[in-house]
Amino acid sequence: MSTAVRTQTPRTPGRGETPILSLVDITKKFPGVIALNKVSFDVRAGEVHALLGENGAGKSTLMKVLAGKHKPNGGQILLEGEEKVFDTPKRAKKSGIVLIHQEQSLVPEMSVAENIFLGSLPKKWGNWVDWKTLHRESTEILDRLKCSFSSKDMVSDLSIAKKQMVEIARALVFTPKIVVFDEPTASLTDHEKPVLYDIINTLREQGVGIVYISHRMDEIFHLSQRISVLRDGEYNGTVNTADTNEDEVTKLMIGRSLELDHASKPKDFGENMLELRGLSVDGVFEDVSFNVRKGEIVGMYGLVGAGRSEVAETIFGLRKPCSGEILLDGHVAQLRSSHDAVAEGIALVPEDRKDQGLILGMNCRDNMTLAGLQSVSWRGFMKTAAEKRVYDKYQQAMKIKTPSWRQKVGNLSGGNQQKIVIGKWLHTHPKLLILDEPTRGIDVGSKAEIHALIKELANTGYAVLVISSEMPEVLGVSNRIIAMYDGRVTAEFDGDAVSEDVLVQAITGQPVTGQSGTGSTAGHPAA
Amino acid sequence: MIDMKRFMSGGAAIQPIWIFVIAITVFFSVMSDYFLSVGNLTNILVQTSTIGLIALGMTYVMINGNIDLSVGATLGLAASLSVGLQDHGLVVAVLAAITAGVVLGALNGLLVWKTGVNAFIVTLGAMIGVRGLIFVYTEEQSFYASNFAFSDFGASAIGPIPVLAIIFLACTLVMHLVLKKTGHGRNTFAVGGNPEAALDAGIRIGRNMMINFMIVGFFAALAGVLLATQMGASTPNLGRDYELWTITAVVLGGTKLTGGFGSITGTLGGVLAIGILRNGMNMMQVPAFYVLVILGVILISVLIIDQKINVKSSKGVQA
Amino acid sequence: MASAEHIKQGFMLSKTHKAGLLNFLSAQGILVFFLICMLAFSLFSEQFLSQSNIMTVVRQASIIGIIAVGVTVVIIGGNLDLSVGSMLSFATVLVVDLHDKIGPVGAILVMFALTLMLGAVNGFLVGFMRLNSLIVTLAMLSAIQGLVLIYSGGQNVDIANQSETWFSVFGQGYLLGIAVPVIIFALLAVIVQVVMSFTGYGRRIFAIGGNPVAAVYSGIRKNWCVFSTYLTSAFCVACAALVLGSRVMGSQNNVGQGYELLVLAGIILGGTSLLGGAGSIWKTVIGVLILGFIQNGLLLLGYPYYTQWLVTWVIIILAVWLDLANKRKRLLTRHS
Repeated sequence: MSTAVRTQTPRTPGRGETPILSLVDITKKFPGVIALNKVSFDVRAGEVHALLGENGAGKSTLMKVLAGKHKPNGGQILLEGEEKVFDTPKRAKKSGIVLIHQEQSLVPEMSVAENIFLGSLPKKWGNWVDWKTLHRESTEILDRLKCSFSSKDMVSDLSIAKKQMVEIARALVFTPKIVVFDEPTASLTDHEKPVLYDIINTLREQGVGIVYISHRMDEIFHLSQRISVLRDGEYNGTVNTADTNEDEVTKLMIGRSLELDHASKPKDFGENMLELRGLSVDGVFEDVSFNVRKGEIVGMYGLVGAGRSEVAETIFGLRKPCSGEILLDGHVAQLRSSHDAVAEGIALVPEDRKDQGLILGMNCRDNMTLAGLQSVSWRGFMKTAAEKRVYDKYQQAMKIKTPSWRQKVGNLSGGNQQKIVIGKWLHTHPKLLILDEPTRGIDVGSKAEIHALIKELANTGYAVLVISSEMPEVLGVSNRIIAMYDGRVTAEFDGDAVSEDVLVQAITGQPVTGQSGTGSTAGHPAA
Repeated sequence: MIDMKRFMSGGAAIQPIWIFVIAITVFFSVMSDYFLSVGNLTNILVQTSTIGLIALGMTYVMINGNIDLSVGATLGLAASLSVGLQDHGLVVAVLAAITAGVVLGALNGLLVWKTGVNAFIVTLGAMIGVRGLIFVYTEEQSFYASNFAFSDFGASAIGPIPVLAIIFLACTLVMHLVLKKTGHGRNTFAVGGNPEAALDAGIRIGRNMMINFMIVGFFAALAGVLLATQMGASTPNLGRDYELWTITAVVLGGTKLTGGFGSITGTLGGVLAIGILRNGMNMMQVPAFYVLVILGVILISVLIIDQKINVKSSKGVQA
Repeated sequence: MASAEHIKQGFMLSKTHKAGLLNFLSAQGILVFFLICMLAFSLFSEQFLSQSNIMTVVRQASIIGIIAVGVTVVIIGGNLDLSVGSMLSFATVLVVDLHDKIGPVGAILVMFALTLMLGAVNGFLVGFMRLNSLIVTLAMLSAIQGLVLIYSGGQNVDIANQSETWFSVFGQGYLLGIAVPVIIFALLAVIVQVVMSFTGYGRRIFAIGGNPVAAVYSGIRKNWCVFSTYLTSAFCVACAALVLGSRVMGSQNNVGQGYELLVLAGIILGGTSLLGGAGSIWKTVIGVLILGFIQNGLLLLGYPYYTQWLVTWVIIILAVWLDLANKRKRLLTRHS
């Protein structure tokens, strides 16, 4: 691990300011993965400390440790100099640590006010809710946040952005010491963002320490005083926002000397295997056009929510396109269901292994053959021996570590689970293989193996589409890279020649400088 | 679209079930002169009060995301106890009946809370077992009320309005207020709507569920006692299939099986819809069993419409 | 923390999967209880373990068993079917009533066709319309009950000339000394078990019940598979109606009332989880037989028939607690 510039270590905070919160040497292990390796991080009262890192770098895990949702395997948490153990979320909350989730933790069929005071509704005459006090206090909080909606509105009627405001309002009920914002602007529109910034600044002025997690550089530079970077579960340095620039931070983030092995990438491409022509799904993505040739690996790069997975789902017949065409091997394909897609030779390794990829309660062999049952059955009856052969073949080829084929896949590590999903699709002998975040939450060793496997597959003639939000992955495997932002393809690059800065620009909505997109809809998204 | 969604799910000012209630009321009053008479309307209220009372409690349990299949059996047991124990005095008999209902509810609630097994299984067991209890207690005999005050109560009225109707309406009002205005009622929504958030907010989920099971047990028992006063008797098979009627009424009223959603006003509409259909069709000389078919069709239609609206507004994957 | 687990296990909120061994253990807990009961019964009643008595029990259990075979398939696929009781009334009334009107062959054919159609309606609504199976089949329960009453005009039906028809063979006949209902039950159980364990179709049903989303993401046609489980369930009901109608040679119009619950009780006792994705036909067969033997044993000991309901309740609570004990154990091993 080559470490980048460490301008400042958190254990010796400079400038005479003592941190209100320090996380020291936090380690968190999950089965098969070290999610956090001796990570240290601190926040001062009245500052916005941005926490940066790629997906899977460990930001969310670190914050969950802080909020008492995960128990760390090592390290300590110091709040105002005192060591604390947060074994439940409630404990953390009581100590003044508030996490504002990406996922909504609201009760939909209740009013805004009730959600703000959930679990601690003001009462009178025993158990009757004191509505006057409730709405008065809620309105006060909402006014502080300059919210346009009433405390009496039903939460299920609010837009996602407004729901987020309710979550923030909830944080203000107890005077918090630390507020963690996890990608707060992901669901906000442009004119809602300044309101959020105001709130954050107000909180900051009141002496609250703020942790701000985001991918968007402009926001981070606009808001934060310091920036810390995590990479692969390790702490990778802290910089003062005033002393740095976007380039430097990007380097800290990507940092590692990328072992870009362009040589091992496939070189011989055939005809178009997949071609999208102006594919749109209303409200999800728009006018997406690109192609994937036989033997070629195309990377699709973009942030979470840019519409990448949805494009994949549409190709796989799980969503109905509103307009545009999908051409497979030169003919227009009518894909009404995933069954049609499989019949057409498409395979999708989905983003969410556990929810979409595997039947966790089933054993390894059965999961492996699930998508290609015909080829291991005779008149509907399973050929057990053939099934076993298929399993053995891919288990050996991919070095899947499991005690036996009888093992329930739920008990395997992430890497081995993912290999089972990939094996499931290789068994169907697809012509087009789509991998959505193929190495998310997987340890480094398995990652490399899967990358090698992807290249090998393309070399044997598969057309491969790899969707990822990890830059090294995209750069490491792709012949071409398609950048997506806000439901549109913003640019297309040569996978061997593109620079990292330009890629980051293309997926964060900044105008692409220097290298221009090659023959693609470089049109800028209209928010 | 959002408005339509709210409307269908009953959050808007007027719930769809009430439009249906009004429509069939208009229909039957055109078809039959007698339908809109005070006598008939109070009659409908009395007829529906049994299922109506249980449905009040069931609404709470279903908003919690649970279900109670044992209410019919609980009703039967309470009816038998209230008649069978009259030799020990009316008060003792009625108290014993109600206590039995609450205890059975508590048992169901405790099992659901402590084991985490889904309420469907737990209450299915209770449904079968409690029916067994009735048969053991009654030895398959029907009981007849020896105390005339008991059966007189079922037929008594204050002014033109029967006491049973008044009890039903009063309970409805109280349960509506409790659901809307008290901490317990609001927590009931939170537990069903987002259990994780409720837990995070420090709401005692298990306790909340158990109280709701006790509430539905109480109402099933109360309904049993009142039904027995109406008949002046109890039979061991009393209350069979009532769980199905009750669940149908509650679902018609817009309460969702998945929890977190529902209202007493909707449930009242659902109960009345069933009552009016039965009464009106009876008046038009339509055999009672057509009501069964119509109810089934309505229930499925409600489900389909509800789903169409939700799918359109969410644009999900065709999984 | 514990109650969060509970919530996740809660009604239709989420699906969890039990490990096979634990499942086996909890099923064994029931088996142990069952064996103790059997032992007690056989100690107090010499008749209990006699061959003729055992055959009687199995014969009596066969109607519930036949239906339970079909419902188990629906449950493994992750859904419920509460309409089987009404459907049984429907099919029995139909086949008995038509017997005298169009002859036994015609009656049987029409009965099977119409019952399968009802199953198709269930299957369409749950599989293709993706409606909640509990409410759909509850609505169908009520609607079919109404249909039966409309059809029969509220009257009970009878076969007029009971001695001169071969129709009685399904309910009363014997083949090689084994009662025909038992043969039908056994055949159906074996066939369905084989299909569920050894065919791609069975594999798909398990996958859908285990994780419907992942099943769809594996290219499985979930709609059709779910649809077919309801056809299976309807087919089994039709078979049961054949046995029931032929045994009684007549039918009350509410003859199937409550069967859905006895069937579910048998399935739960066998240890098949209502959450889907797990279970087996042989478990259901055991569960149904437990119900049958307990009923029979209690009767032989002179207890009235309804005491079996109490015992069933106790067993279900017991099963629930055993399940909990297993869960505790599992939690402990996970954290150590």
